[in-house]
Amino acid sequence: MDMSQYLDLFIDESKEHLQAINERLLELEKTPEDMSVVNDIFRSAHTLKGMSATMGFEDLANLTHQMENVLDGIRNRRLSVTPELLDVIFEAVDHLEAMISSIAAGGDGTRDVRRTVEQLKRIEQGEMPNKQAAREEPPLEHAYGEFEYYVLEQAKEQGFSVYEIRVRLRDDCLLKAARVYMVFEQLNEVGEIVKAMPPVEMLEEEQFDREFLVTVVSKAPADELQKRLMGISEIDDVKVSMLSSNEPSAESEKASAPQQPAAMEQAEAVQAEAEAPEKQTAKQATKTIRVNIERLDMLMNLFEELVVDRGRLEQISRELNHAELTETVERMSRISSDLQTIILNMRMVPVETVFNRFPRMVRQLARELGKKVRLDVIGAETELDRTVIDEIGDPLVHLLRNALDHGIEAPDVRAARGKPEEGTIQLRAYHSGNHVFIEIEDDGAGISREKVLKKAISRGIVSPEEAEHLTDEQVYELIFAPGFSTADHISDISGRGVGLDVVKSTIESLGGTVAVDSRPGQGSLFSIQLPLTLSIISVLLVQIAAETYAIPLSSIMETALIRKEDVFYVHNQPVIDFRGKVVPLVRLKDVFAVPGASDDSETVPAVIVRKGEKLAALAVDSFIGQQEVVLKSLGNYLSSVFAISGATILGDGRVALIIDCNALVK
Amino acid sequence: MSMSVQTDWKVIAFRLQEEEYALPVQYVRSIEKIQPITRVPGTAPYVKGVINLRGVVTPIIDLRERFGFAPEPYWEQTRMIIAAFGDIEVGLIVDAANDVLDIPAASIDPPEAIGAIGAAYICGVAKVEKRLLILLDLASVLSE
Repeated sequence: MDMSQYLDLFIDESKEHLQAINERLLELEKTPEDMSVVNDIFRSAHTLKGMSATMGFEDLANLTHQMENVLDGIRNRRLSVTPELLDVIFEAVDHLEAMISSIAAGGDGTRDVRRTVEQLKRIEQGEMPNKQAAREEPPLEHAYGEFEYYVLEQAKEQGFSVYEIRVRLRDDCLLKAARVYMVFEQLNEVGEIVKAMPPVEMLEEEQFDREFLVTVVSKAPADELQKRLMGISEIDDVKVSMLSSNEPSAESEKASAPQQPAAMEQAEAVQAEAEAPEKQTAKQATKTIRVNIERLDMLMNLFEELVVDRGRLEQISRELNHAELTETVERMSRISSDLQTIILNMRMVPVETVFNRFPRMVRQLARELGKKVRLDVIGAETELDRTVIDEIGDPLVHLLRNALDHGIEAPDVRAARGKPEEGTIQLRAYHSGNHVFIEIEDDGAGISREKVLKKAISRGIVSPEEAEHLTDEQVYELIFAPGFSTADHISDISGRGVGLDVVKSTIESLGGTVAVDSRPGQGSLFSIQLPLTLSIISVLLVQIAAETYAIPLSSIMETALIRKEDVFYVHNQPVIDFRGKVVPLVRLKDVFAVPGASDDSETVPAVIVRKGEKLAALAVDSFIGQQEVVLKSLGNYLSSVFAISGATILGDGRVALIIDCNALVK
Repeated sequence: MSMSVQTDWKVIAFRLQEEEYALPVQYVRSIEKIQPITRVPGTAPYVKGVINLRGVVTPIIDLRERFGFAPEPYWEQTRMIIAAFGDIEVGLIVDAANDVLDIPAASIDPPEAIGAIGAAYICGVAKVEKRLLILLDLASVLSE
């Protein structure tokens, strides 16, 4: 049966199951006695195993199978939940995720998971994992492919013997590669080496512990091989075993193993699902369909055309003043604005899709850092445009790592400061107006003003004189400066060569802002403000001579009417006094060389825009009004035009350019 | 637009400055009547601006000005040939677009044959019956 048509479905569903397993495992860690959680994990793992086996992904099925056995042990109270046990299961989930990603990327989903499978097996047999066991090498084992097996069979038919030789070097062996060479030489004298484990290249590079395995075809008796090899110095032990002829190849064994149980377990899975009907129905309450975002974009484009035509129809019906026509057009307008809302909503995705990978990450990091941290996630259902969602993950990861690494103190430090040993990081998302806020708040050490200033001065970001006059807020802003890091030494966690400046620039590229607040000793708050969607923005339309331009509301502070006599000149640059601040006046008709523009009016309408702390007044001819517009690119031919960030289509079908205020504020 | 391919060309023929030009059909998306153009400041003079082409903002190049001919006011025969080249889509303003025809490969001469002015934008000249067609090299028209 051709399974490729189910592949997308398989990948999507597998991801969902893995996510569910991840979440439930974290829950399990908090409530180890809750068997309903174990049951949920078991069911997800079980379904995943069935699906993988059906799709022919054997490594996946094997690993899930072993994981399931352990879960079964927990379910039957044969095994108890410990952080070490969960570490192994999490590792297995990591492997599964990597396999699914590999399959999604067009790979075959194979992966060396023997170590994890081995650990799971040991746990299943009641042996609790410890750090020692985790590091121990898995027993070496040869797996022969179909072709190799055929060759070996041929050799046997011709009267050769096939030996598997396990060579163990002495602990104090200095030149391991040299010993391997000598072993190979000895064996080549009496036979032929067919296969080595680890592969020869790894042996040559000494990438093995103490033991290696070779398969040799030879006419010599086993004890002769043994004697030859034992003659080499620094060799601890040699075990020669004959590969018997009717032994099935390891790989074909692997291949057949999961198939059969999988078929049986499909039936079992149905049973398992039937056992918990209430949970299943709850999950199926909202039915969804996956749609390619390009199709949504196409729908959006078509809809915009409709809106433009609607505008024309409205105008015509006003002119004709025909009652029935007016009524019909009004109805159409209402329906189409409802339609617009629906289309926009279709692009919205809950931030949950980004947030849900964080609990796992925080757990792991906390364990690595030896800190106790609780992550509270609030408002995961808050929705954001798909395009924003895709970009926001990395900055959030960075801020969370930062909070864990630099914010939350070690348990003993916290205790000494009279805080609970367990630190708390709160990840919040909420709507406010046309924006979504995402906040990361920790109850850690906060940001040290002195430390930040010291660093900023040493990096030449501010001068010592300037530093004295900075407000706390301005000081905290400094940590977003390029090349800044408050860590005394670069750690593996957040000091990966990139600072918070990357976070800031990513968020700003999304049309958002990031702010930081901190109380020394009590914690820090990073607040990210994001637009609801990237495709629709609020603008102020302005007129310059006969041309219409759009200025994004997000950069506008306010509008003002400036009298001519209030314009001053500093070095030939017109400036105005805006609330006691000297602000440069930028004449857009000059910047954009607008034809037919004259400036003889007594008052100049101006838009005060800001870029960070800096302001500029953009002089225009008149304000048209505020409008929500659909953002469009100028296309690949006009890739970079000064002070123009894009275009939009107005109600009359014409194109208006959107002004990039950041380019105009210097 | 390699000249070495010995197959016949299907082209859109258009008029510019009393001459006939041709552009292979595979580069042509559509032919549009002239419509309001929004000027884009800070671009080359021959870039007339952008139009709303069924919801897509499309840049417009005046071919006359691109070739250094004197600009002429647009009239009722003026057309925009919407052409796509790689990931670039532009509209080319021409005096008139009137024909689709096949040019046998054998009748195409390289641009050097006529020593034409502005040969940089031309990839050949074709003689079809009594008409002389200048084959436009879109890549060089769109390059800086």
